Amino acid sequence: MNPVLDIITSRKLTYEQKIMSLAHTAEDTVSVLPIPEKTKYYFDSNAIDDLYEGHAPYRPRYIMPDYEKFVKNGSEFLKIEPPQDLDELLNSLMILYKHVPSITGFPVYLGNIDKLIEPFLDVLSDAEAKKKLRLFLNFLDRTITDSFCHANIGPEPTRAGKLILELEKELQNAVPNFTLKYDPDITPDEFAELGIYTSLFCANPALCNHKVHAETYSTDYGISSCYNILPIGGGAYTLSRLTLPGLANVATSTEQFLHQLLPDCLEALGKYMNERVSFLVEQSGFFETSFLVKEGLIHPDNFVGMLGITGLAECTNILMSDHGKRYGHDIEADDLADEIMTIISDFASQFPAKYSKIANGRFMLHAQVGMDYDLGITSGVRIPVGDELENIYDHLRHSARFHREITTGCGDIFPFETTGQNNPSAILDIVKGAFTLGSKYISFYEQNSDLVRITGYLVKRSEMEKYRNEQVVLQGTTHLGAPNYDHNRLQNRKVRGV
Amino acid sequence: MTRAPINKIIPLSLVDGPGNRTSIFLQGCNLACAYCHNPETQAVCNHCGICVSGCPAGALSIVGNRVTWDSTACIQCDQCINVCPTSASPRVRNMTPEAVFQEVQKNIPFIRGITVSGGECTLYPNFIKELFAIANEHGLTCLIDSNGTTDFSRFPELMALSQGVMLDVKAWDEQTYQKLTKGPTNSVVKKNLQFLSDCNKLEECRIVCVPGEVDAEDVISGISQIIGEKVRKVKLKLIKFRRFGVKGRLQNTPSPDDAYMQELLQLAMDLGFEQAVIV
Repeated sequence: MNPVLDIITSRKLTYEQKIMSLAHTAEDTVSVLPIPEKTKYYFDSNAIDDLYEGHAPYRPRYIMPDYEKFVKNGSEFLKIEPPQDLDELLNSLMILYKHVPSITGFPVYLGNIDKLIEPFLDVLSDAEAKKKLRLFLNFLDRTITDSFCHANIGPEPTRAGKLILELEKELQNAVPNFTLKYDPDITPDEFAELGIYTSLFCANPALCNHKVHAETYSTDYGISSCYNILPIGGGAYTLSRLTLPGLANVATSTEQFLHQLLPDCLEALGKYMNERVSFLVEQSGFFETSFLVKEGLIHPDNFVGMLGITGLAECTNILMSDHGKRYGHDIEADDLADEIMTIISDFASQFPAKYSKIANGRFMLHAQVGMDYDLGITSGVRIPVGDELENIYDHLRHSARFHREITTGCGDIFPFETTGQNNPSAILDIVKGAFTLGSKYISFYEQNSDLVRITGYLVKRSEMEKYRNEQVVLQGTTHLGAPNYDHNRLQNRKVRGV
Repeated sequence: MTRAPINKIIPLSLVDGPGNRTSIFLQGCNLACAYCHNPETQAVCNHCGICVSGCPAGALSIVGNRVTWDSTACIQCDQCINVCPTSASPRVRNMTPEAVFQEVQKNIPFIRGITVSGGECTLYPNFIKELFAIANEHGLTCLIDSNGTTDFSRFPELMALSQGVMLDVKAWDEQTYQKLTKGPTNSVVKKNLQFLSDCNKLEECRIVCVPGEVDAEDVISGISQIIGEKVRKVKLKLIKFRRFGVKGRLQNTPSPDDAYMQELLQLAMDLGFEQAVIV
């Protein structure tokens, strides 16, 4: 078996998917990152994971261009004048998006899209604007064939935001993900309810706790990919993760895990992340050559390294197995989980991270949502599917507690009964309560909808069915979503509502 | 101390008024509607004990001539209510307003209010009033879901504590009403329509639509005549009959078709109901 030939002759990949896979395979033939024996041990134990980010980083994982600046100045490199009307704006954005790199090969962040569009709507009727926006949205869905791609709306209500939400309900597109930045003091109920109502037809948008996230950076923030909260004008160099159940499996006792293994593994992971960041910044040439840097759309000072964690639930349950206590259900288990989170958070707050000015020289924590190959590992700090708390309020209180330490993205997903469509104000009340308590991000979909949220990204059930039947499908994320949906029994997610 | 029989408390209800609410269902009703979808809430348990031996979970027992229910052992299989000869339920707790509110309070800050329903909650006006007083103190709005057989004008304090009433208007013609509900008259319902509309406490009107059984067309036009220009503000829910939970002569009756529901909706719109919906 030759992995290159396997890709070339695959019957399940599109041409574009083959090129991406071949590039990845080529990257992995070099080994430029020094990896000490101990770090290798943690990799081999499935305790740390580079998330298939490649062996020689040559672009940041996630890039969050300052699109406002682009709209104001145009681009010398791309030979684009500042747009004067909606057609020119949308066309300019479509061109720029093509040139924004990321780990997926596609742009993961498309901007505060309603704010970009709003100034160009004055001269247009709803019908005229919708025709142009429909073409734009379909272009994004059909050419950004990877749903780790996000556009943001809000927190202020806009006509552009309203039109986009109405169109999304009609179009049923998987790309981009939309997040509504929600702050009850800024966002009117009517606008937030339209967002929730729309999500009960097409799983879009999700809602993010704007009050909390607005405090994260000295600059504005955006949501990218699988809800990573990142600084605009920068992004994330890398996301590497601590796979907590893998580490718990090699622990000899809870005490040894907490006081020896976990700190040691975090140290190894931190050093590994610094190696990745150093290579990217010092050797890859990215920051010296990219027009995004030269034209001021991004700046290296605005990049962070994200330290991901996943599987807190299973880790806790493994360590508690002698006592039969379960994460989410027993006080002792939750207290242990809290202790684990505190150790991780304390590590992140003191370990020196290279080239991370905007994060004060520190790594930032992210609730990593999982990979297609994860078996029996629940996303981030979530309670496993099938073990959810009966009462959604108890569930959200638990979430609020464990979202606390995680600064760059952490959220929950709830399927709702169809009747929710008749009363989005009820679901907004639940969001208000959850955000008051400190929950950071929440999303909904209707129990029977074709579009479903896998871990953070959207995939169509109908597309997953095609993929399982060995057919070629447009979205690369369907390849990740189908096994994840099956492994994690996502069809069994507890449906909420009465 | 005021107590009332509580059938159940639902922490999250999307369907009992605006926003997210905790719904409290009281046991006992003065009507016996043919289309009732929870007939086990109609009567209060007479402790005959017939249900006890059949309980597969052993959650029912007789203690001092009274049927007692162990909520922790109960598996919610509904065997007891299926065998009850009187349309009652042994799964009822006699609770004080304070005890009910202790359960409601756990749901703050996720709810904006509470809704009392049933059964017929207005059979316990003092209990509701006391519960509403506590809920108001905690910033929760309070709604009453009622069949309208209690004259609301006689309870000004309760009205002051309540944000409004969701009124079931079951039939317009009195004979149709009697056949459907086994109740003596719908004159009080009509009086309540006028009263609640006048004092802006008519939160919504509901009609369960069953062709041949309910004169829905007459109900819609009757309501519009009584409440006049308020038709534009009052929500009208046209509820499509569903046989789920129904026992007795309508238990096999099919739901009305969409065309019929659309005709009713059109009639309502023509009469000025701007907030009419089919549910």
